[in-house]
Amino acid sequence: MRAYETPFEKVTAKTFPKGPDVLASGHRACQGCGEVLALRLLLKALGPEIICVSATGCMEVCTAPFPQSAWRTPWIHVAFENAAAVAAGVESAVGILRRKKRGPDRRIPVVAIAGDGGTADIGIQALSGALERGHEDFIYICLDNEAYMNTGIQRSSETPFGANTTTSPSGKRSKGQSTWKKDMPAIAAAHGVPYVATANPAFHLDLMSKARRAAAIEGPAYLHVYSSCPTGWRLKPELAVTIGKLAVNTRIFPLYEVLDGRYVLNRKVDSPVPVSEYFKLQGRFRHLKEEDYGYIQARVNEEYEKIVKLAETFPVELQAAS
Amino acid sequence: MPAKPIGLEVSLAVAEAVRLCDADVVAAYPITPQTHIVEHLSELVADGKLDAAYIPVESEQSAMSSCIGSAAAGARTFTATSSQGLALMNEMVYIAPTLRTPVVMAIVNRALSAPINIWNDHSDIMSVRDAGWIALFAENGQEALDLTILAFRIAEDRRVSLPVSINIDGFTLSHFIEPVILPEIEEVAAFLPPFDPLVKLDIAKPISMGLLAMPESYTEARKATDDVLLGSKAVVKEAFADFGKRFGREYRTVETYRTEGAETVLVMMGSIAETAMTAVDEMRAQGEKVGIARIRLWRPFPVEEFKAAVAGARRLAVIDRHLVMGAPDGPVALEIKSLMYADERRPEITNYIVGLGGRDVTREDFKYITKKAQEPGAHVRPRYDLVGVWE
Amino acid sequence: MPRETDAIMKVKDLPPGFTAEPGSTLEFKTGDWRSARPVLDREKCIYCGFCYIYCPDGVYQDMGKDEKWFKPDLDYCKGCGVCAQECPKKCIEMVLEEV
Repeated sequence: MRAYETPFEKVTAKTFPKGPDVLASGHRACQGCGEVLALRLLLKALGPEIICVSATGCMEVCTAPFPQSAWRTPWIHVAFENAAAVAAGVESAVGILRRKKRGPDRRIPVVAIAGDGGTADIGIQALSGALERGHEDFIYICLDNEAYMNTGIQRSSETPFGANTTTSPSGKRSKGQSTWKKDMPAIAAAHGVPYVATANPAFHLDLMSKARRAAAIEGPAYLHVYSSCPTGWRLKPELAVTIGKLAVNTRIFPLYEVLDGRYVLNRKVDSPVPVSEYFKLQGRFRHLKEEDYGYIQARVNEEYEKIVKLAETFPVELQAAS
Repeated sequence: MPAKPIGLEVSLAVAEAVRLCDADVVAAYPITPQTHIVEHLSELVADGKLDAAYIPVESEQSAMSSCIGSAAAGARTFTATSSQGLALMNEMVYIAPTLRTPVVMAIVNRALSAPINIWNDHSDIMSVRDAGWIALFAENGQEALDLTILAFRIAEDRRVSLPVSINIDGFTLSHFIEPVILPEIEEVAAFLPPFDPLVKLDIAKPISMGLLAMPESYTEARKATDDVLLGSKAVVKEAFADFGKRFGREYRTVETYRTEGAETVLVMMGSIAETAMTAVDEMRAQGEKVGIARIRLWRPFPVEEFKAAVAGARRLAVIDRHLVMGAPDGPVALEIKSLMYADERRPEITNYIVGLGGRDVTREDFKYITKKAQEPGAHVRPRYDLVGVWE
Repeated sequence: MPRETDAIMKVKDLPPGFTAEPGSTLEFKTGDWRSARPVLDREKCIYCGFCYIYCPDGVYQDMGKDEKWFKPDLDYCKGCGVCAQECPKKCIEMVLEEV
């Protein structure tokens, strides 16, 4: 079955899962953490009958300090760079035990969760291997907060151009991060996996439905999830959702899916908010000047248009809720 | 039923043992000289002779990561590696024991770079000496096969639930065709109960594994792992005894050869003992009072069994296959000197390092070592003797 | 006499594999991180659920169709103020905690 034909249960305002959270309160995420919000909503959409694998990072440390754990699913953390490989092992084990009639006789999604560093930098090899091998019930979630926040806000290959971090500081001869974000969704899609999507907790129904679709589709799925970080971005904690909406409405973080290689733009932004509105809320961009805004605006529009063009190339009729 | 030995390459014998154990998951990456094991395993899977998931991972780091995930999910799990591969998986090798994930790994021992070298010594396994794995050393093909079966039994025992390595000397053992008896699959099934994990990722009973330890719990967590490892010796001995009863091949944690009345005991691990036995026979024929103590169980170190094996010897000539940079001795000698220090009848202990990077270890080497160990004052020399080095 | 210890658990009492029970962070009350707490005006509340949906800490509980509001569990509320910010009716006010 084609990925875009695979039926799945969408999350709507009416069908929003109101049961207890899969991720319990009492975790140690910072006040106003957009990453733990994304994680909470994704897990809510997937439900507790999954197995989770975390990479080392904020979400791992803040949810599982011995002797406590916030996870109500089976959960394992092994190391930083290998969430995809651990999940591949779990997925293979669950699959073979099912076939050998020594495990539950149904699909159990195995969900690897890592930050941007654990995905795009140190974990990209393990991720590439797992995507390429085609594990059937494998979902990889990159919670992208655009720097190594757990170790103290160092730049990663997902840090956006112009952002001040502790290893891409702005200064007399620096505007902060000097490179553009590594295009992880495109890299994931290039593996020929059936499902890749970007998502953002500020668009919670879209985010949660994408998690459901990822679980329904047979074959590896990759979700790239916008995750605001009040500490690392110098953002007021109460703006976790506001900033997420702006990221989409400025075209900085377009919401799209790639189903069997076909792009679908989920949210058209015809009259975008200027990128400066997004930057002004965050201390990490405080040093940027008007001319920098212009440069970034042009590039943001160009990247957005690319997605629009890709979506026009092979149009897909998306499967409605089953 | 008296089975007849067949000629089989030792690597293939190890793979056949994994088949007989009905492993569920194999995750491995190619590296010389380990590759024949996993090549044969992929054939067995492809031919439907082993009902397992074979994960052709993209690195050894991922191999061990996948193995930890697989064992945590309740599957009988195997991998094999060598040298640089083991070095690359080092981080995960240290993690598996405390998570209590009973992975079984064949380490086809090969020298570590640099310079790059594909031949045999023990530098790879010694790089993970302290990780918390049970480590067994095979001398010959039959032993490599039997220890693989034993490894699953020991690893998965709920009193243990630790990873186990079977060390097989690269090329000099792994690539030799040896006579081996393949047990019947039913016999193995009777010896090796189905895997009933101590710790499991189970949606029916969710737990969290791999937690953050603050200074208030890290010490206790590490001690707990060491306690389990030390305690596993009893289970190893129990498994050896049961194996002997069922299959007629007796294994001990420390094997001795002609140690009766021996004044000098040569201490070693692995396949060089085959050559050493011939050398000892020749020396014994000349009236030399010499014997061999071969350590089969390297971790946990069988302290009492070792002391009993060498009791009465005036001197121990410890033979290492790895050079510990910057240290006075090789790893086995360091260990033995430490544990014999407080012994009332402390023997004279000398250390010889041989066979690095595949250099041949001959009968003459063992005769040289025996002679050197008897030189007055040999044991107070400040450093190891690197046998055959051209300086 | 043994040295005093900072340890939280004895070696023999540790769970095998150094594991934890599901959802056990509930034992840790993050509410004392808070400097301001959400106070809801139930007159203005339209029971839309955004406070519940967008709370990073999942502290809001659905009080059901009869009561028609969501109640924050102050044991865990860290006082981030996302709920107040996202409330479409602006019926949540962040009130400073008295020190």
